[in-house]
Amino acid sequence: MAEAITKPTLERHGLADEQLRWMMRNMLLQRTLDNRGFQLNRQGKIPFATGSEGHEGVHAGSALAFVRGQDVLVPYYRDIGLCLGIGMDPLQALLGMFARAADVSGGRQFPNHYTNHRIGLMSISSIIAAHLPHAVGAAYAMKLRKQSGRAVLATFGDGATSEGEWHESVNFAAVHGLPIVFLCENNEWAISTPREAQMAIADVVQKADGYGLPGALVDGSDPIATYAAVKTALDRARAGGGPTLVKAKCYRFLSHTTDDDDRTYRSREEIERHRHLDPVPRFERVLVEFGIATSEDVSAMKREVLSLVNELTDRAEALPYPAPSDLYTNVYEGTHEPWL
Amino acid sequence: MAVAAPSTVMNNVEAVRHTLYEALKNDERTLVLGEDVGARGNVFLITKGFIEEFGPERVIDTPLAEASIVGVAIGMAMEGLRPIAEIQFADFIYPAFNQIVGEAAKTRYRSNGDYTCPLVIRTPYGGGVRGALSHSVSIEALFYHVPGLKIVAPSFPADIKGLLNAAIDDPDPVLFLEHKKTYRLVKGEVPSGHYTIPLGKADVKHPGDALTVVSYGLYVHQAIDAAQRLATEGLSVEVIDLRSIRPMDRGTILASVRKTRKLLIVHEDNKFGGIGAEIAAMVAEEAFFDLDAPIRRLCGPDVPAMGYALPLEEEFMVSTDEMAEAMRELVRF
Repeated sequence: MAEAITKPTLERHGLADEQLRWMMRNMLLQRTLDNRGFQLNRQGKIPFATGSEGHEGVHAGSALAFVRGQDVLVPYYRDIGLCLGIGMDPLQALLGMFARAADVSGGRQFPNHYTNHRIGLMSISSIIAAHLPHAVGAAYAMKLRKQSGRAVLATFGDGATSEGEWHESVNFAAVHGLPIVFLCENNEWAISTPREAQMAIADVVQKADGYGLPGALVDGSDPIATYAAVKTALDRARAGGGPTLVKAKCYRFLSHTTDDDDRTYRSREEIERHRHLDPVPRFERVLVEFGIATSEDVSAMKREVLSLVNELTDRAEALPYPAPSDLYTNVYEGTHEPWL
Repeated sequence: MAVAAPSTVMNNVEAVRHTLYEALKNDERTLVLGEDVGARGNVFLITKGFIEEFGPERVIDTPLAEASIVGVAIGMAMEGLRPIAEIQFADFIYPAFNQIVGEAAKTRYRSNGDYTCPLVIRTPYGGGVRGALSHSVSIEALFYHVPGLKIVAPSFPADIKGLLNAAIDDPDPVLFLEHKKTYRLVKGEVPSGHYTIPLGKADVKHPGDALTVVSYGLYVHQAIDAAQRLATEGLSVEVIDLRSIRPMDRGTILASVRKTRKLLIVHEDNKFGGIGAEIAAMVAEEAFFDLDAPIRRLCGPDVPAMGYALPLEEEFMVSTDEMAEAMRELVRF
């Protein structure tokens, strides 16, 4: 008997069409801002930019699993889409690139090192894995105050899992059963060092076994799958079930930063071999194929995002730098002199 | 008629313990975390009984990993708690250097005040206790170079209480150094009730007019002994206890030096690049023409650490006799 021809189905994990389109727009905004950073650097307008091209699926999916006004995000510097996705104003991304006074850090931080206490976005340095103990401390505070329903989402790359502070943090969280999700954005490269030179195991997620916490693997190029995996882990954390290590597999398509040249350590062929993982065209096809958006809808979204980024670029560029005297503020509370 | 405030005689261990106990009792945002602070009650018994009274959630026996003791405390502070982290011996603080210097000291600055880090890191330091290479060091010079940190090193029980209370109340990270040889050696009156001593204020512990001695920690006590000895010889020496290393009290030092016209700096930490170098530079900049003699420093020698063998430890430490002799020479200069 011939099998009935069935239309392929979309596992949407409870997400409405509107939420799926929201993820698409977040991914497009991230990519457009990424490209804008590199363009502005090549134009000589900003000294430095970092991109997260290839991470869009991880960011859009995990941002949707984050509960605004409740959870805390402790990101790393390749998380522009995730920070935007939890409610950061996209103007902040450009103010950071141009190092303007109106940037929350007052033009102190490198681009992509955001902070916004109001929305639960914790300030970070550039020191790899140094933010993870802070994420654990925030989770400890939630548990101590019996704030069930809150959790911490902490992110990092695969290279970070070599750092001592990564191991100390995961261990501490597991020992104390803390409400935290460790999300590894596994893009295979730590500047020029491939994952095989970071670890002898086949997969980052195996490290979870050594610390007694559950590990989960997800295709980070798929924002819906990432949403489901991160939401499951965050829900477990919020319910008192303890920490989870989630590895979201993705790929870094750009050089580490505008100061890096990846042609010195990886071939163009290697990048092309991973092109099928590019989450942006992949998710666009999913939306169109399943009738959630038309090609025209997505094109209109791209135009809207580009127009927004153009407008924000002009606005940010027109704003002033911090004053030289701003160098001296916020060393401590109030004014200070080392000699009293 | 004024009634004297009630007070209790305590040693330095008891002063730290008493102050921590009151903090945990009166402010539910506070907690202590470190190695062996729970059932063991800290290796010097400072937190003995705390876990029974305040519970393991606020008296946390951490995994044996110093970077995360400080780093987790930073996250707690950023989320609104008032953590008091302990590094079991100052010698073990090196793994936490990045968290203290790279993170805690810069949290307020890098976020332009969006996040703050009200954190206390307590640690016993110093030698003269046969602690050998890794239980004797002084660490203050490694950290006093760093804006964003505050450092205090009191060595009298009443100062410990007032400064530890101020450190816990402080909205920025404070490194609180306790000289371990003074823990049970030094006793004194401690006023009852809550009080604070402002960070950055030195204290004249022995008044005099022919020489200023600036010190902190164990050596303040030896300097006072030496000054008392010189008093019997008719030589008047003023001993200033810095108490705070960052910020440091310029006013008290300069007022004294302008009076005595001579300055001796005594500290246990290595001389080269130590706290004394900054004090000497400040006095040279501000009061050069008030001086009647070259500034002198009597400090730890330029070796990595004091050895376990008694002669090696004694050679590293400055004796009270050496202090008295240096004072005599400078007074007579």
